[in-house]
Amino acid sequence: MATDLLNSRKNHGLLGFFKKNIAIVTGLIVLCVVLSFASPYFLTRHNIMTLLRQISTNAVLTLGMMMCIMIGGIDLSMASVVALSGTLTAVLISRLGMSIPMAIILGLASGAVCGLFSGLFIAYVKVPAFIATMAVMNVARGAAYLATNANPVRITLDAFNNLGIGFVAGVPLPVIYTIVLVILVALFLNKTRMGRYIYAVGGNFEAARYSGINVKAVQITVHVLSGFLAAFAGIVLAARMYSGQPAVATGWELDAVAASVLGGISLFGGTGSVASAMIGVLIIGVLQNGLNLLNVNSFWQLIVKGIVILIAVSFDMIRSRKADK
Amino acid sequence: MGKIALRMVNIDKKFPGVHALKSANLEVGEGEVHALLGGNGAGKSTLIKILGAIYQPDGGEIYIDDKLVKLEGVRDAQRYGISIIHQELMLFPELSIAENIFIGEKPENYGYVSKKDIEARAQKILDNLNVEFDSAWLVSSLSLAQQQIIEIIRAVSFNSKIIVMDEPTSSLSKNEVAMLFDIIRKLKKNGVSVIYISHKLDELFEISDRITVLRDGETVGTVTTKETTEDELIRMMVGRDLSNFYVRTEGKGSSEVVLSVKGLEKQGVFEDISFELRKGEILGFTGLVGAGRTELMEAIFGIRSYDQGEIFLNGTKLDIKAPKDAIEAGIVLVPENRKEHGLILRNTVGFNMTLTVLKDFIRGIRVDKGAERSIMDEYKKTLGIVTPSYAQIASKLSGGNQQKVVLAKWLAKKPVVLILDEPTRGIDVGAKSEIYALMNDLTKQGVSIIMVSSEMQEVMVMSDRICVMNEGTISATFEKEDFSQEKIVAYSVRRN
Repeated sequence: MATDLLNSRKNHGLLGFFKKNIAIVTGLIVLCVVLSFASPYFLTRHNIMTLLRQISTNAVLTLGMMMCIMIGGIDLSMASVVALSGTLTAVLISRLGMSIPMAIILGLASGAVCGLFSGLFIAYVKVPAFIATMAVMNVARGAAYLATNANPVRITLDAFNNLGIGFVAGVPLPVIYTIVLVILVALFLNKTRMGRYIYAVGGNFEAARYSGINVKAVQITVHVLSGFLAAFAGIVLAARMYSGQPAVATGWELDAVAASVLGGISLFGGTGSVASAMIGVLIIGVLQNGLNLLNVNSFWQLIVKGIVILIAVSFDMIRSRKADK
Repeated sequence: MGKIALRMVNIDKKFPGVHALKSANLEVGEGEVHALLGGNGAGKSTLIKILGAIYQPDGGEIYIDDKLVKLEGVRDAQRYGISIIHQELMLFPELSIAENIFIGEKPENYGYVSKKDIEARAQKILDNLNVEFDSAWLVSSLSLAQQQIIEIIRAVSFNSKIIVMDEPTSSLSKNEVAMLFDIIRKLKKNGVSVIYISHKLDELFEISDRITVLRDGETVGTVTTKETTEDELIRMMVGRDLSNFYVRTEGKGSSEVVLSVKGLEKQGVFEDISFELRKGEILGFTGLVGAGRTELMEAIFGIRSYDQGEIFLNGTKLDIKAPKDAIEAGIVLVPENRKEHGLILRNTVGFNMTLTVLKDFIRGIRVDKGAERSIMDEYKKTLGIVTPSYAQIASKLSGGNQQKVVLAKWLAKKPVVLILDEPTRGIDVGAKSEIYALMNDLTKQGVSIIMVSSEMQEVMVMSDRICVMNEGTISATFEKEDFSQEKIVAYSVRRN
């Protein structure tokens, strides 16, 4: 009891965060230290910027994915939505000559509509999130291929492409967007009523319902946000690639799941924080970057990634089982 | 009476906070149908679970065929021929009758099971009991009653000598009950002993040879069915002493009606429910588990739907489609199941306490920490919640403190009508009397309370009026001066 008292008082602020996430924080630090010795290139400014830009897409996807996991679900459609919004925006700009802001708004809307679709089926028809988002995954991917005849759609407008490749004060724009989104989602989860309802619904769906929370609205909101975030990532990616590509991002939703669980988002729902999920993103990103620097072949990289995820989640399971006792 | 098949002597069982069985005795003869009767919490199911070796007793002895036995696991119980048929069926609907009957059997032929062989063996058993089923039928094609019969036959096939049936007729129609009773009579003829648990007195009189009555974990007595009466059984079920560590200190409220429910009905769950709740009153709702009390309250709170009927609050008709509607009108429900419906156990005490009133201190992304804190402080004090901090995880609190957190969550909403479903279940005596004191206070402030409770003492002492529910209807309403345990029990069990 006395130790409980200590813990519960100390779990605030930065110190509390480190205590709670000691394993993954240590893991990340160890990884960075090892890599900085293994490759002289690792700690250079250029590599760090490359690394941050590489992980910016996964970071944005993870923001959406973690919310879906927190309410006890998942969003398998994210990567397809990345492709759909990117190709749609490209088609609107290059083929239909639409203005850039309008095309971006419609691109973002396409993601939100995908999320709305999954959310409605999950909330009202009680289709499991796994199935509903898997269906939307197929639909969105199919739509992306149809819109482009399965070919990349080039974008020649620099005004658009600069949104993806530009820098501000030496920092790539995608990194800046990501930082802004991370802050917004963290504020949303911690400071708004809906944020607390998300924790409540994930922690105990029935108790949330008995508390008068509109649980359906919570489920739909989360999926719309997830779709929106995926669409955002898709548009930025299109700008970086000067084109909308229908085959892009295949399997990326699973990287977002991996980052979420590495970042301590419990698959049982109801717990987790944006900050710890971002550490998950960093671990996966640093690992990938480091293995690239060390010239490890990409097939081996997959194997390493798989093992790391399994170890991290096992660690979490063992710890939470102890906490339950 | 011939041989004694089973004797359970001075069985004692303690759970944390509850002395479930004190000195329970049960004696069942060979080929006897022995009924086990008792109110909620009398200890029937604990006694049966000890017989089935699901629980280990803290004291006492069990004799089977006059031999002292120790039942250490479910396998032991099976070996001694004890089978328990639970209320929830444990059949595999997509397998055949024969496969279901022999599912637990060790396969001999190197794991190969001959369908023909088991179907023939199953058919033999079915024919023996005059059950006209084909053993190759799928269980999913059978009615609920027929499935129950398969469950019983499975027990017979283990060569069970003692079969326990826990409220077997709770979901059966009249014809199906007759079919079940036919089987029981056949089992009896074959020398099988049946322990039959039911609240339905008319059934006990029809099928049982003797009846043992339990109350508060003790055996009150065993009577021969032919020589007893309903009145005698009810007298045995009723406890006499009302200990008085808590009292209803406030008056009975005013005559002003706050909540009025008219003709509420949900098919198959409750029907023709009409009652009025007065300002500042505690209206007790009692009855047996399964009488439809919780379902009724959940319908009023908007968790469940209802088919017809009207709900009025202060004369205004309410259209309640979801809990939100009830809450906005001022009706709140503290649910029976604290851990599943009351709390987000994984989250903090503070999070739970304020979940219903976030609007009072969160605007957009501005969290007024001061206002949040003062709400938590106020209800922590009102309810005497003991917690090291608001950041404590709710699951770490004691049952009593958890219940207070749920209460805090709803009191913060300043309700007009407070529905408490089993408000003191599973909490210690100290927390109990604190909750009673709080209920007195609240009614003094004009809050009207509906208290659903199975605990006789609580209902008798705390209620100003009592509604008794029986099989989905309100069978009687008593004013304070007419309270009597005998009458309440009688209206809970009798089908009028």
